[in-house]
Amino acid sequence: MANDDVSRIDATLVPPAERLGLVGLGAAIVSRLVIIVPYIWLLFFFLVPFAIVFKISLSQTAIAIPPYTPTLDFSDGFAGFIGALKELSFDNYVWLTQDPLYFYAYVSSVSIAAISTVLTLLVGYPIAYGMARAPASLRPTLLMLVILPFWTSFLIRVYAWIGILKPEGLLNQFLLSVGVISEPLIILNTYAAIFIGIVYSYLPFMILPLYASLEKMDYSLIEAAKDLGCPPTAAFWKITFPLSLPGVIAGCLLVFIPAVGEFVIPDLLGGSQTLMIGKTLWNEFFANRDWPVSSAVAVILLLILIVPIVFFQQAQARAQEQGR
Amino acid sequence: MNTTWSRFNITAIVLGFSFLYLPIVLLVVFSFNASKLVTVWGGFSTKWYVSMFHNQGLMDAAWVTIRVGLVSATVATVLGTLGALALTRYTRFRGRVLFSGMIFAPLVMPDVITGLSLLLLFVAVNLDRGMLTVILAHITFTMCFVAVVVQSRLLTFDRSLEEAAMDLGAPPVRTFFQVTLPVIMPAIVSGWMLAFTLSLDDLVVASFASGPGATTLPMKIYSQVRLGVTPEINAACTILIAIVAVGVLTASVVNKRREVQRRRDEQAAQRG
Repeated sequence: MANDDVSRIDATLVPPAERLGLVGLGAAIVSRLVIIVPYIWLLFFFLVPFAIVFKISLSQTAIAIPPYTPTLDFSDGFAGFIGALKELSFDNYVWLTQDPLYFYAYVSSVSIAAISTVLTLLVGYPIAYGMARAPASLRPTLLMLVILPFWTSFLIRVYAWIGILKPEGLLNQFLLSVGVISEPLIILNTYAAIFIGIVYSYLPFMILPLYASLEKMDYSLIEAAKDLGCPPTAAFWKITFPLSLPGVIAGCLLVFIPAVGEFVIPDLLGGSQTLMIGKTLWNEFFANRDWPVSSAVAVILLLILIVPIVFFQQAQARAQEQGR
Repeated sequence: MNTTWSRFNITAIVLGFSFLYLPIVLLVVFSFNASKLVTVWGGFSTKWYVSMFHNQGLMDAAWVTIRVGLVSATVATVLGTLGALALTRYTRFRGRVLFSGMIFAPLVMPDVITGLSLLLLFVAVNLDRGMLTVILAHITFTMCFVAVVVQSRLLTFDRSLEEAAMDLGAPPVRTFFQVTLPVIMPAIVSGWMLAFTLSLDDLVVASFASGPGATTLPMKIYSQVRLGVTPEINAACTILIAIVAVGVLTASVVNKRREVQRRRDEQAAQRG
């Protein structure tokens, strides 16, 4: 026991400066690694690929492996590199502007995503609000129940809707048996099915940030407003909604940005009649094997999304600063 | 509390949760359908489960998916945790804005862009497409989700614990492994689970990054769905849902137990 005490004192008797000398050097190397390893990974696998996409979007389609020309080849030295650069052109972008199909695909993607985002907000807000006002003991369970579908496969959840929305599917069977309709509704393979699919799949992304901001809210503010004679609707628009705005913004961005480029939902629920840019890109790549044009489609999609993405990133960084 | 409002709240929650769960419940119910028509009930049967287990293509794909998920989730958890530490502990370093951008942007980046850009990278560096490329692709987009989950835990972390350990002479690396890591472990575990399910779930990125012989389960399910909806897919989906549900529930029960234990320890410590 006594020995123990002595050794403990010994450890603290070592001059701190000396300890810091060695330890400080080790810490400096470790802290460098903590930053450098994920940084390099993301640079190489996230940022560099965009540069490659941009370069290939300026190339020409070719019947070769890989199916584009020129390929960057450094075996000819610098002259070969310059020669390859001269072959690059904006032809693919000109092509995209000449075929109205692409323009319509972009416009319809953005408008479908915008409408679905508003619908998701309208569906998600009452749920998030109800959760935030639920008894505190019930809230973790409710939160768990919102997150649980998020853990089940996206593909499976979209697939489940095919069986429901088909002309001979469960929804029509139900409505026919109740007698609301006399002939089956055509929902599958229309834009309506895409809206349903997006709202359903992205609902947890909307509810979670909304719930986070609504739960923090001080509800005595509402009571104070009510005591002062403010009707509930006005109290909602003047107090609750403005205070939940960070959640609304985060939720809308989390739904809107991926929805613009969505592929699985328009492909499985929208059928061949609907137009969305994610599907166009997929078809250019897998069906037409036109890598340069699909790269150009991707570059323009990224340009459309860059503003909301930067906005999202800044909102996240702000939230992080506040949490500090 | 006003009764009309709470009635409104309960209605909203009931309707909302039925909307979230009804499609999944129906999918599970119809996996036990004897009829080949997916949406017409023909009596109870487990024959689709039997035929699913005899579907070699589906089983191979499931095996590929599990291996890809285990490897990519593990590497992504290490990289994501490092990323979270870099973001929360080092408020100032060159290129920090770019770094946080690269952490947050993949969270919302459309899959088609991520998939296409990674494929073009693999082609540019002459890496043969197969299971390795799918793993690399999955690490890249799931590590950012891990980073965000771990980061939110690090932000609420009481740093005086670390300072106390260092004052007592523990070197930083040892402080990290003995003090910081145990505290953020639950977040790391849920980050791993999130990365694993995202990898299990991914169709688009895997389709771009994969090559012959590396067909994942979502790719297999997708190609079968395109050919037509069969109860066999319902059966496969039900099993996937069951695995995830059991995993998530176990994790939450374990977490709760640990929480209860921790509270008991704290109370014991306070009593002396």
